[in-house]
Amino acid sequence: MNKLEPTFRPGGKLSKLESVYDGMETFLFTPNTTSRSGAHIHDGNDLKRTMITVVVALLPALLFGMFNIGYQHYLAIGQPQTGWFTMFLYGLLAMLPVIVVSYGVGLGIEFISAQIHHKEIQEGFLVTGILIPLIVPINTPLWMTAVATAFAVIFAKEIFGGTGMNIFNVALITRAFLFFSYPSRMSGDEAFVKVDSALGMGGGTAVDTFTGATPLGQVATNMGDQLLMTDIVGQPISCMDAFIGLIPGSPGETSMIAILIGAAILLITGIASWRIMCSVFVGGLGMAALVHALPSATYPASMLDPMTQLCLGGFAFGAVFMATDPVTGARTKTGQYIYGLLIGVMAILIRVYNSGYPEGMMLAILLMNAFAPLIDHCVVSSNIKRRARRAAAKVNKEG
Amino acid sequence: MATVRLKKGLDIHLLGAIDGNDIHIAAQPRLVAVVPDDFHGIIPRMEKKQGEHVVAGEPLYHDKNHEAIKVVAPVSGTVKEVRRGERRHIDAIIIEPDANNEAITHDIKGDAEHVLLESGLWAMIRQRPYDVVPAPGVRPRDVFVTAFDSAPLAPDLDIVLGDKRQYIGRGVEVLDSLTIGKVHIGVRDGQAIDAPAAVVTTFVGPHPAGNAGVQAANTVPVNKGDVVWTMDIVTLARIGELFTTGKVSHDTVVAVNGEMVSQPRYVSTIMGADMGTVLGNELNEPQSCRIISGNVLTGVKVTADQWLRAPYRHVTVIPENNKPDEFMGWASLNPNRFSIYRTFTTWLRGLKAPVSMDCRIKGGERAIVRTGEYDAMLPMDIHAEFLIKAIIAGDIDKMEQLGIYEIAPEDFALAEFADTSKLELQRIVREGLDKLRAEMS
Repeated sequence: MNKLEPTFRPGGKLSKLESVYDGMETFLFTPNTTSRSGAHIHDGNDLKRTMITVVVALLPALLFGMFNIGYQHYLAIGQPQTGWFTMFLYGLLAMLPVIVVSYGVGLGIEFISAQIHHKEIQEGFLVTGILIPLIVPINTPLWMTAVATAFAVIFAKEIFGGTGMNIFNVALITRAFLFFSYPSRMSGDEAFVKVDSALGMGGGTAVDTFTGATPLGQVATNMGDQLLMTDIVGQPISCMDAFIGLIPGSPGETSMIAILIGAAILLITGIASWRIMCSVFVGGLGMAALVHALPSATYPASMLDPMTQLCLGGFAFGAVFMATDPVTGARTKTGQYIYGLLIGVMAILIRVYNSGYPEGMMLAILLMNAFAPLIDHCVVSSNIKRRARRAAAKVNKEG
Repeated sequence: MATVRLKKGLDIHLLGAIDGNDIHIAAQPRLVAVVPDDFHGIIPRMEKKQGEHVVAGEPLYHDKNHEAIKVVAPVSGTVKEVRRGERRHIDAIIIEPDANNEAITHDIKGDAEHVLLESGLWAMIRQRPYDVVPAPGVRPRDVFVTAFDSAPLAPDLDIVLGDKRQYIGRGVEVLDSLTIGKVHIGVRDGQAIDAPAAVVTTFVGPHPAGNAGVQAANTVPVNKGDVVWTMDIVTLARIGELFTTGKVSHDTVVAVNGEMVSQPRYVSTIMGADMGTVLGNELNEPQSCRIISGNVLTGVKVTADQWLRAPYRHVTVIPENNKPDEFMGWASLNPNRFSIYRTFTTWLRGLKAPVSMDCRIKGGERAIVRTGEYDAMLPMDIHAEFLIKAIIAGDIDKMEQLGIYEIAPEDFALAEFADTSKLELQRIVREGLDKLRAEMS
């Protein structure tokens, strides 16, 4: 590796790939540089480790998501007795192209951008690249995912200065771009359950009773005083089904169990703020209890009990993996409580009282991303005022 | 006696601590040097030329802006060289000691400020704001004296004090006459100080509890417009000694420790002595050592042919680079790869056992991503991250509002160690302070 180095330095044959070389070298070998000024020793943690840990925390949701894609598929084509491994393999094949497209497009742009600015490649997209396949409906055409990813990486991140500088969560911008550009492909019967074959595997036709709507989709269009949610072949589903996660939905968001394992990893390693995570759940639970206390047939989601409300849709996934993004969230401790609480409240509010959007989590987080700097500003201002008061009190005493 | 409990911060336990209290008397140094960079805020104007004879306590140079501030020779001898670097910046003034041990005796009856300035001890005092040598003619609001050093492998200041302890009371009296307010002494739990005229406060908690700035922030914080002085207890005792005997003692006790020192011990020598004399032949593998004059967080990187640097009480020697080709270190599950964060497995083993640490930065510089890392390392009522951002952005108003007057670079040393984004926080803070000082004058 060291022998190759001169080719990539300015003047070398491949100097256009300098950032890529640096990226590969620091990926393979811990940077060799020692401190020149300031502190002589440094902690072993760096951003690579931090980001990789988040990816590890996402793995349970990813693996379960793959299995669930297969499960829903074989359920839809009337072969629910298929072995679990076959189901997983089908899901793997279905998700692989999405992961490849997401990483390919996103990292490609990151590499080019890093080279243009002659900077090191930043690690931020490691997490974003795996988040995108987890929150985009499985039937989204690959070219849409590619366009949306490119849009998000360029306009939500690179123009602000790259990792650490963005205002909005990049993965959520991807999702929002898809949602508002191609609304017909992002919801309804067709989006969430893959019926046709995945890379040549497991083809079939849906059984007659098939309906691919997610529980929240069904709730939004529910008529009458009785709330009825069914799985894709018409069997009623409960809060427990949503907790385990064998329901239609975006790949990563269905299983509370997998998400909670991820949450545990993030909290034990201290990467995610427990203040944000807990307050999102508290805010959501509180708001869900409030709307449940005033049920109305006009707003059918108000008939969901609070626990089910939190288990369905992208609430938990958003709370654990999206709201806790430190770059786009509130950074002060007090601010984090407020930020999380408002995300929880807004998500349920949008879900229940805006029938146009059966899911409110994405919009709630993006909205609060925009307000996070304001929240921080207020918290920091109180510190500034306290300091100014202290100085003023002293002057008065002396005067 | 009040007690302040600090929760934030971290004690880093490194290999190579000193066992016992014995003090080794080092040989007479071959060369002794004064390094102007140690006295930040002074622009040197030389008073002595190369080849001239000096006696201990005689001024070598004064400040361009305040002629009264003198920096003096620690030994008697001949000025061997005034070593200059880029743009004629004075790197060091090197003295070849003679055997005469001549020293100046000061008339201590006069104005205390004048005596301090003449004696050179003034230059050992620091002021907040800006963490520079104080300007003469300004009566400080308070004086903060720290009686312990909480940095990794730091010396026990009681041992460094030695028999100078008897002068503490006199030192407090002198400083009390110079300040509007009080002389505050911060001690650690169980440490006794005999100074009835001072306000003694006990600080319980991890590093940086021993930083004078942290102690000030948790007792009587520095406000905009205030000037306070900070120093360590050894300087205070030297001041007391000056006003008792008329002489400045330039002897010092230095803790020489760290993983690469074969026999960590206290060494008695002279301020500014050459490293060779201080270290003796105690280094393991001198080629792969980093010699730090000071502690691993705030000290200065020196070579064996350079000098002991202010505050002249600590030398740490650690490996430069343990693992030049560590493969995929970010994926390591090895509990010996030290990290205070639970993304690594060190915490399973506990952070109390002494560890080996080298000078690798172990990561690339990034934008600030993780939250609260700096705050957890800074026991002050300051939003550290926002202050750092204000300094980087050069926003003078915001720096003032967020409390830059209360801090010194050393207060951010621990945050620099812990920073996942590997920013050079001490350099950033220093540049911010210098910029503000230039702006205000």
